[in-house]
Amino acid sequence: MPKGKRPWTVDPGHIHDAPEPTPMPDEQERVGVEIPPEEIEVLQAAEEEREPHGEPAPVPEPAEVEVPKELADRIRRAMSRYPRKRSAAIPALWAVQRRYGWCTPEGITQAAAVMGVTPGYLESVASFYDLFRLEPEGEHQVLVCTNISCWLRGADELLSSFCEAAGLDGPGSSRDGKMFVRGFECLGACDLAPMASIDERYYGPLTEEDARAAAEQLRSGSEVLPDKRLEDRKVAGGPDAKEVKG
Amino acid sequence: MADGETRLLFRNIDEPGLASIDTYRKLGGYTAIRKAFEQMTPEEVLKQLEDSGLRGRGGAGFSMGKKASFLPRGAMDKYLCCNADESEPGAFKDRELIQKNPHQLIEGIIIAARAAGANRCFIYIRGEYDLQGDILDTAVDEAYEAGFLGEDVLGSGEQVELVVHRGAGAYICGEETALLDSLEGKRGNPRLKPPFPAVQGLYDGPTLINNVETLSNAPHIVASGADWFKSFGTEQSPGTKVTSVSGDVKRPGNYEIELGIPTRALIEDLAGGPLEGREIKGIFPGGSSSPVLLPEECLDTPYSFEAMADAGSMLGSGSIIVFDDTTNVVELALRTARFYHHESCGKCTPCREGTNWTVKMLERMIRGEATPIDLETTASVQTNIIGNCLCVLGDSMAMPVGSMVKKFRNEFMDAIEHGVQEPKVLAA
Repeated sequence: MPKGKRPWTVDPGHIHDAPEPTPMPDEQERVGVEIPPEEIEVLQAAEEEREPHGEPAPVPEPAEVEVPKELADRIRRAMSRYPRKRSAAIPALWAVQRRYGWCTPEGITQAAAVMGVTPGYLESVASFYDLFRLEPEGEHQVLVCTNISCWLRGADELLSSFCEAAGLDGPGSSRDGKMFVRGFECLGACDLAPMASIDERYYGPLTEEDARAAAEQLRSGSEVLPDKRLEDRKVAGGPDAKEVKG
Repeated sequence: MADGETRLLFRNIDEPGLASIDTYRKLGGYTAIRKAFEQMTPEEVLKQLEDSGLRGRGGAGFSMGKKASFLPRGAMDKYLCCNADESEPGAFKDRELIQKNPHQLIEGIIIAARAAGANRCFIYIRGEYDLQGDILDTAVDEAYEAGFLGEDVLGSGEQVELVVHRGAGAYICGEETALLDSLEGKRGNPRLKPPFPAVQGLYDGPTLINNVETLSNAPHIVASGADWFKSFGTEQSPGTKVTSVSGDVKRPGNYEIELGIPTRALIEDLAGGPLEGREIKGIFPGGSSSPVLLPEECLDTPYSFEAMADAGSMLGSGSIIVFDDTTNVVELALRTARFYHHESCGKCTPCREGTNWTVKMLERMIRGEATPIDLETTASVQTNIIGNCLCVLGDSMAMPVGSMVKKFRNEFMDAIEHGVQEPKVLAA
């Protein structure tokens, strides 16, 4: 090898002698899907409509952003609990979501102004966690656990029942804006399988009729499934349990 | 050793009002911290915990006292994080412990803080546990008011602050370093170890991270001593364990047992056994991330850390999921893999891509579009994930899915040949 030349700049003569590789099969043949031309046009149109990214928003000037006092207080209280203010990111996003129903861009900017961080930072945090809503959803939230234990006991059917009761073909928000139904990963209540978290409270085990009843109760504003609440359940074990004390 | 329930953490569990400080104290609560602060030095408390042999109840099973002893001595801010981000499919014991007896946990945290010299404590509770979060908020306020928390605990001059921090739905935050990132207000990505949290954890300070159930044991150990604690369970797995049993059993729920009772006693006697006319096909002995065991491999085996490891699986968080003969294992594998695919944070390639391709290949099998080589690829993807990521989330899929492919190979071959008729799982 000539001195001072790096090995990869040397002409790799031997490669020229190698046989031609077999050509790759053409893209469509390989993946077995054909994209119809009208769909390509739709995609191109969407691409053109998208706004250029530009510079990310800086840390908002507190004086320029009007923040409802109650929200600001809540976030400041959260910040005071931690040695570093950024720890209040999740509590601040909860505060925004509880106030506006979802993490609205305005709400995120308000929280960012109080915390002294960029809105982009809070958005990046919000998008990591499943419970933060990045778009508006129905008023009452129904999360149906579809994980293993619930699935074994009919969670997929329960999810369909809830969707049907909300007048939906699949998970999403109902047309009247009253309900938001979604399948969720393990909610930590396999003893109630199949179960659902309705407006952040647990209910189970649930049947198709329960799903219909709950939807009706949510619409009319009455108490939801009073006999299926987790709060009222006793520990599973029976009276034979031996209690020990030191 | 009794084969039924032995209630230590669950003592008085359904007593009305146990979640309030008055009832908890009336039943003997908060006497252990008096002992820990007034009659014992921090070193003695630490030694007591170490001698008890208490092993972490969150999944790894590491000695709790030893973990606390790794924290450096000396005056500096030290942190204690209680991991209440219970999200492992099949686990729901911490939910019950927090909801019914929050002060037992708070007392345990104060004791562990004394042992480790931690002055700032956090409970990281998953966002879905809103009810339990509210209960903890109230309980922490009560403990502050009673002088058990704050700048001067019980007039000892020691400071212990406690904050309840709610997550917002991410399984990965139960991984201890991801939990720290999340608590610092970031996306919950795991960190490279070392440095271990004991040396450089929360806010770069020394940090002790313990599970809810582990900490809930501390008051009992301090109150009654290490030897007394060791009189329960087995030599290598002392104490009791709150075990969550769910899936295809008659009485799913939390049962507190002495470690080492036969697995059969837990599944058949306590949880009622399989549903009418059905048979147990297999179990996850330690949550969805443990390799599955066939009934003949586990029912007559003691339920303990060491026996489950010998059987080729693990005790993990002590959560048994039973599946019966009506379950198609290929679908079960897909249901399991989908969870880890959804929850992978995406930081490490083997996990991000491995979970993704496992899901795709299993879906193909169920649709009857797979080829025999897909089974080999599925198996090799699992072996290539294990040990190759920053955290064990990928391994947590690879272990059960790998074990299913190994133990139920015929079922997978059958799916490859004919697909799965009327699959239940694709609708999800």
